[in-house]
Amino acid sequence: MSKFTRKGKKGTPAVSTASLPDIIFMLLFFFMVVTVMRQDDPKVSISKPNATETEKLEKKSLVDYINVGTPIDTRFGTEPKIQLDDAFAEVVDIQFWIKENRDRRDEAEKPLITTSLKVDSDVKMGVVTDIKQELREAQALKINYSVNKGSALDNN
Amino acid sequence: MARRPLQEINAGSMADIAFLLLIFFLVTTTMDQDIGILRQLPPPVPEDLETPPVKKRNVYEVLVNSRNQLLVEGERMDIADLKEGAKMFYTNPNKDPDLPILTRQTRGAVEENITLLQQALVKDPKNKQLETDLKKWKGKLSAIELIGEYDELPTSALISLQNDRGTKYAMYISVQNELSAAINELRNELAQDKFGVAYSELNPSVAEDKPKIKAIRAVYPQRISEAEPKDISGN
Repeated sequence: MSKFTRKGKKGTPAVSTASLPDIIFMLLFFFMVVTVMRQDDPKVSISKPNATETEKLEKKSLVDYINVGTPIDTRFGTEPKIQLDDAFAEVVDIQFWIKENRDRRDEAEKPLITTSLKVDSDVKMGVVTDIKQELREAQALKINYSVNKGSALDNN
Repeated sequence: MARRPLQEINAGSMADIAFLLLIFFLVTTTMDQDIGILRQLPPPVPEDLETPPVKKRNVYEVLVNSRNQLLVEGERMDIADLKEGAKMFYTNPNKDPDLPILTRQTRGAVEENITLLQQALVKDPKNKQLETDLKKWKGKLSAIELIGEYDELPTSALISLQNDRGTKYAMYISVQNELSAAINELRNELAQDKFGVAYSELNPSVAEDKPKIKAIRAVYPQRISEAEPKDISGN
């Protein structure tokens, strides 16, 4: 009888946390794999238009972004501005920027470089047309109009 | 002295270290997949280049003004109707005299053309023009072999898109999207009809699908041209 009586009080045993590191490591590896280091902070606010006939951009490392929209910081005015990498730029800077980006890449990758235009819905086409003319002059002919998935008829 | 059993290293702080790294990667991660409409810009043209005259019926003219209104082939149109309009232009099912004349590509005619070109190439082996022509006709022949004889758009037929500097970007994207949608729908229908799969399901990196994609593109080529920029409405 006395063989089974408990000696003293025993609380609930603590939950083993030994597997916690494993779980955390699993999450860690997931995020390490999917991470692409953030290239540039947006300085202009962009709400992209909708479209249905979209394609995915294959290689992120071969895509250069041109952002166009109204500056987030209102000190820079309310007119749409162009942002290349981390700074505001003018239309005339684009050709030089394209050349710099091209020099950075391997010879084999150069024809695959895509320029993605992230443009706010409300921007007028004048700016976009100017950018496109500059891109043509710089021989950066592969472009992508960045959009959100959705019906294009809702745009207006 | 008896050896004490080896003491285990305390791994309790491992989780903390891993957490630290985890939070770092969480913050730097951008998950957004970039999607968009891919387009190929035309190379810059020399200023003195003269454009060859094109028949009016072979051009589907789409104008967008600064008030985001559409003028298609000289008439006001709603954006919702643009897709159907573009499909009509590509197929011209009612033999409309204002839309392009499609010519039937028959196997016999194509084969004859290929032999003629080959004979000419034997006589004049350095002629680059003949070589490209031969390549084009061979492409047509392989398309016929895959999907049978088809009606072909004239080579000068194209959709011409022109916008004003004051057009809203969203409107421009809508128009581009509707024109792409028209072509994609026609291609999907044809692929479904001939191969039993949608055109969008065909994978260009699969060797078997490659000639199929080429054949469908020969029937419905994507010819959306953006005119040299100019002010349409003057404001």
